[in-house]
Amino acid sequence: MPANRFNAFTDHGIGIGLRIPHYAHIFEKKPVVDWFEIISENYMVDGGRPLATLDRILEQYRVVQHGVSMYFGSAERLNREHLRRLKTLVKRTKTPWLSDHLCWGSVDGTYSHDLLPMPYTFEAAKITARNIRDARDYLEVPIAVENVSSYAEFHLSEMTEWEFLNEVVERADCGILLDVNNIYVSSKNHDFDPYQYLNSVPAERVAQIHIAGHSKFKKYVLDTHDHPVIDPVWKMYEHAIKRIGPTATLLEWDDKIPSFDEVHAEARKAEKYIHAPALVAL
Amino acid sequence: MTLLEVQRRMAHAILQPLTGSDRIGPKTDAEFIKPNDRLTAAERLEIYSRSYWFRVLDSLYDDFPGLRAVLGDRTFHRLSRAYLTECPSQSFTLRNLGSRLEDWLRRNPKFAGSRHALALDMARLEWAHIEAFDNAAEKVLGPEDLLELGPRFRVRLQPYIRLLALQYPVDDLRIQVNRASDERGAASNAALKQRHRDMTKRVSSSKSEQIFLAVHRLDFTVYYRRINAEEYRLLSALSDGKPIAKAIRRAFEDSSASTEQQRSMLEKWFAVWAELGWLCPPARRKQG
Repeated sequence: MPANRFNAFTDHGIGIGLRIPHYAHIFEKKPVVDWFEIISENYMVDGGRPLATLDRILEQYRVVQHGVSMYFGSAERLNREHLRRLKTLVKRTKTPWLSDHLCWGSVDGTYSHDLLPMPYTFEAAKITARNIRDARDYLEVPIAVENVSSYAEFHLSEMTEWEFLNEVVERADCGILLDVNNIYVSSKNHDFDPYQYLNSVPAERVAQIHIAGHSKFKKYVLDTHDHPVIDPVWKMYEHAIKRIGPTATLLEWDDKIPSFDEVHAEARKAEKYIHAPALVAL
Repeated sequence: MTLLEVQRRMAHAILQPLTGSDRIGPKTDAEFIKPNDRLTAAERLEIYSRSYWFRVLDSLYDDFPGLRAVLGDRTFHRLSRAYLTECPSQSFTLRNLGSRLEDWLRRNPKFAGSRHALALDMARLEWAHIEAFDNAAEKVLGPEDLLELGPRFRVRLQPYIRLLALQYPVDDLRIQVNRASDERGAASNAALKQRHRDMTKRVSSSKSEQIFLAVHRLDFTVYYRRINAEEYRLLSALSDGKPIAKAIRRAFEDSSASTEQQRSMLEKWFAVWAELGWLCPPARRKQG
């Protein structure tokens, strides 16, 4: 039974990110994994080893696509060539939903390859929602938009980040990929209460959850995906699951990647929380 | 200020080169960013700027190990910063970051000094390597198709094949660089230093020698196959869409090979190309 209308994939359970250092282990040991999340851009090529490897994974596992460069928040229209390549990949993976970030990263044809923060304005919300709708219409697959970690805020902003997220997803009528670690990181960098954020997210739109580790510096926290998940983030995850209900959850580990078994064990810690009874009143 | 204006201001701020000590420029426009009690507006932008520069520099560093060996790490770093300042990424993927490096280096010889020609050849080879790795593979012409080849027949090369005419044998150098990199994990510091000295010596002693290469892949691994001038010219002509008879004429234009030798070479080449799956049917013309 789906927890909500954007979360028809409750049975997906706990996934992990598919990363190159784990390929050999996966093909040799064939571990039981609920699903793998792939970075779409790594496979938006015309041929060669990346696609051959992906095809081998698809023979045995469920795969969900996660993008890093669609840039829904770009002031400009989405890149048509990017969408064309993405659609080719969507047909190959048959991803049940597709996610990318609530951010921008390119302007006037120049790319930063980063997830840059949005000014939280009504104009930005309107443009971002238009881009999400354009992508959904072209790709013909449900879309979930992910909140990012941020290190800067704009004088121009007219609302909080969670109000902006709500404004965008309502206008686009899309799902949310709720990154609990990103909320934690941004709450440290911008001094807000992460539980206020969590409690403001429309639970009925959350299609997927991300958890990850981060790095703490003297004056800010950086979203590095190179550590285990810390306890305060697990507590936030527990709280989120209680509000939202069982939701496909993925552990991100992208740098200083340990063995497959270590990453998998870290992800499976989520089992302790994922089937917790949901709160009646949201 | 519109969204587009904000994004242009922020992109301009974070894409400008970092200072020598990897800090954001002191005159950076950061007025549109809010400071907090720990970081100024410029320091907040600096997090993004450093992240941008480290990411693109790392990407170029990983993609051009041979060019690094030719120039040395410090010169390569200087070149990378200058190149990326003038030619920032114009693609959604970092794979394409080095696509303009050869052209840029041709226009900016001072960044390679006395090793300019060697550096250019290495940059060409390493970009060809990237393309050979993941460009498309199309349907292969089978032996039965090859039996029917006539003089007017056209064929195409696999999109992943790159043909290079080079002034230096950079293929050997690149293979040695790869080997050194593979062995790095297991080697002691002393052994690593010795290898670095060997590599520097090898680069310094590289002598000019015209070679022809087909950069291709087999079983998802990229290979550099040395070919002779006639085979290079024939493959280039086929790749340009010339009919087979015309391509063969071009291949042997300045050749001293006898007719018998030419026939023998052609038989051998077509057999090898068939075995490697290099030839594809001609592209279909669009109707209407």
